[in-house]
Amino acid sequence: MEDNLPAVPGGAQRHSVTLTRPVQTLRVKMVLLGSSGVGKSSLALRFSKNELRSTSPTVGCAYLTSVVHLSDVTLRFEIWDTAGQEKYHSVTPLYYRGAHAALLVYDISKRETFIRAQLWLKELEKQYIPGSTVIWLVGNKCDLDQDRQVSVQDGLGLANERGLFFTETSALSGDQVNELLLAIAHRVYECIGVQQGGLSEWQEMPLVNVHHRHTFNPFASCCKVGP
Amino acid sequence: MDGEAPRAAVSWENGTLAPIDRLRLERADSPTPGLVEGTEPGAGQKSAMFVHAQSFEDLTSEAEEEARREADLDKSEGECSEELKLLVGEKTIEEQRNDNFSIEDRSKEEDVSSEAWRSHRKHVFVLSEAGKPIYTRYGTEEALSSTMGVMMALVSFVEAEKNIIRSIHADGCKVVFLTKSPLVLVGVSRTCQSDKELMRELQYIYYQIVSLLTLTQLNHIFQHKQNYDLRRLLAGSEYLTDNLLHRLDRDPGLLLSAVTCLPLASSARDVVSTSLQAAKAKNLVFSILVAGDRLVTLVRKKDQFLHHIDLHLVFNLVGSSSSFREGEGWTPICLPKFNTAGFFHAHISYLEPASELCLILVSTDREDFFNMSDCKQRFLERLNKRSAYQALKEALKCPSYSVAQVGIPELRHFLYKSKSSGLYTSPEFPFVYQSDEEQERLMGLYQDLHSRLHHPNRPLRSFYRCTATENLLAWVTSGFELYLCFSPLGTKALAVSAVTKLLKWIRKEEDRLFILSPLTY
Ligand SMILES: Nc1nc2c(ncn2[C@@H]2O[C@H](COP(=O)(O)OP(=O)(O)OP(=O)(O)O)[C@@H](O)[C@H]2O)c(=O)[nH]1
Ligand SMILES: [Mg+2]
Repeated sequence: MEDNLPAVPGGAQRHSVTLTRPVQTLRVKMVLLGSSGVGKSSLALRFSKNELRSTSPTVGCAYLTSVVHLSDVTLRFEIWDTAGQEKYHSVTPLYYRGAHAALLVYDISKRETFIRAQLWLKELEKQYIPGSTVIWLVGNKCDLDQDRQVSVQDGLGLANERGLFFTETSALSGDQVNELLLAIAHRVYECIGVQQGGLSEWQEMPLVNVHHRHTFNPFASCCKVGP
Repeated sequence: MDGEAPRAAVSWENGTLAPIDRLRLERADSPTPGLVEGTEPGAGQKSAMFVHAQSFEDLTSEAEEEARREADLDKSEGECSEELKLLVGEKTIEEQRNDNFSIEDRSKEEDVSSEAWRSHRKHVFVLSEAGKPIYTRYGTEEALSSTMGVMMALVSFVEAEKNIIRSIHADGCKVVFLTKSPLVLVGVSRTCQSDKELMRELQYIYYQIVSLLTLTQLNHIFQHKQNYDLRRLLAGSEYLTDNLLHRLDRDPGLLLSAVTCLPLASSARDVVSTSLQAAKAKNLVFSILVAGDRLVTLVRKKDQFLHHIDLHLVFNLVGSSSSFREGEGWTPICLPKFNTAGFFHAHISYLEPASELCLILVSTDREDFFNMSDCKQRFLERLNKRSAYQALKEALKCPSYSVAQVGIPELRHFLYKSKSSGLYTSPEFPFVYQSDEEQERLMGLYQDLHSRLHHPNRPLRSFYRCTATENLLAWVTSGFELYLCFSPLGTKALAVSAVTKLLKWIRKEEDRLFILSPLTY
């Protein structure tokens, strides 16, 4: 029965791990912010399926998931890939509120996207509760080194000044993409996971058990988007 | 697939088979053109899915139009035709200056002073009431700012005399104006479409823009800053308007104010519909399953109707963007025919990554993402359980049918719209209309027939036209609209006799071609 189910894009990736001991799966809410065209969706797709596809600009927001196994815990990233287009900015707070990780993405070959990332940072800082969000500055398209308009020093400088983590990536070549997700996973687990009530536990829904579905909804209680 | 099991499940589940059977007896097998609305082939058996009544806005704007018709525009027309030359005729100084204007790289980049730019069949411009360019179909807005200034000058010039400019005819070219404060839309066409048809197309474009921003937001922006550059907010969405214009040239649904369905055995469609009906949630208003541009089923909240224009805007959004293929989409969307003031929130996702089947769940709550995601899961579970998913996938392999199935000699193509259901059916294009140009030419012929039937002053019930390349017959009754295209060998008598035969065939196939029992939650 269950095998007939069409794979749901962004749905749980069923990983067949033969567990020797029960490993906890914790949910991590991660949001990608940045100007249109910097490569947020390309990064999200790399995170989620390690694929590369050229997609059209995101409409509203896209939701994807990705599972990262650390040595003593599994993290299930729930990725909110927001649209960079200005008309959707009014709904963006829905996605970064309560996020455990926020990626500020810019395009190293476009100076204005770096400026825009700093505006996003300002907005984030308004909502910021110290210790509750890991903020990562991501300079994407590092394969376009010949057209570089933002130097590594610029990125690093901003990150140091504002206490952010920093990585340059290429969603195109895949360079530093997996490393980035893994690093975020470690940071989130270290900074937030250990706190009381920091990360909630994730339970896979019993897909066949239809009758219990309306009473058992793991999302209903703990993960409303927004306030 | 086991065909029996799901059918039994349906009759057991919703208990409506009995009344439907009774109704079916009243539906003649050999419908005649004189039948009344609600009994024509394709008419829904319980209730309609769409609103048919025009919205208040449209009714009032029509009344305005009526009043405008009374007002004589002779004087301004004469004066305008001079200025029109600026738009379509000779090179102006302004345009010449743009000749050596270096334009940045953009796919619709085109020299606005070139012959090629001027010879496009249909231009569409959108500007603000302050005359600021917002959209142009061809070329860039920057290069056209002076042209748009002239257009706005025309509009205000006529308005200053307590009049409204509707259209200018000159040089085989029509210029149509639609003022929808705070926007002004201008169409410049070399086609033989009537003003009314062109106006309708401009309305679509207007609604497209409203669906991205809401009218409330538009008004708010321009009240605060008359000179606002709206392109900032529409940046990255021009492709939606481009694609909608392309559809207007090609999609019979937009012409007929109707949508078409994926042909599907009614037993399978009923299972899909009831599965969708069961996956409901408090704030869910519409559940729409589409296969490309074809509707598979639509379930709606009781007393809430979707307007076909809103549905076409949804089709356009989904069909124009590959972004919904990755993960689950969640986006604010205004359905302007429902409410121009606010946003709905749509959960948009494909059932499988490479599938054509896309599910759109429309909620009133912007924080409903996980509830909608859950609805989708429940829908998929039910669908699989009742093995309708396989039937659906089979149906996707033949999304259309050949006109030869109808068995009418010389009949090449037709459009049939059931008025009470707002659904239409049409066979695939036959061999003679394989090329894009030929398909657009045929659509042009249908558009011509349509505008003759729906002429504002002298509407016709039927119309026959014989050309060197085809014979055409259009027929409208209170129940349906029918457009037939025959080879040039057909005769008028043959065409007329074909109507009854075609209606009979559609009646026989209506279970498959239409959604006869639309559901509500
Ligand atoms: N050279 C290069 N191109 C990239 C890279 N990442 C993405 N792109 C390209 O940049 C374009 C935009 O990428 P998207 O991922 O759609 O950008 P986005 O940030 O999601 O844009 P919005 O959804 O509009 O906010 C696409 O054509 C990608 O192929 C990269 O690392 N290097
Ligand atoms: Mg994107």
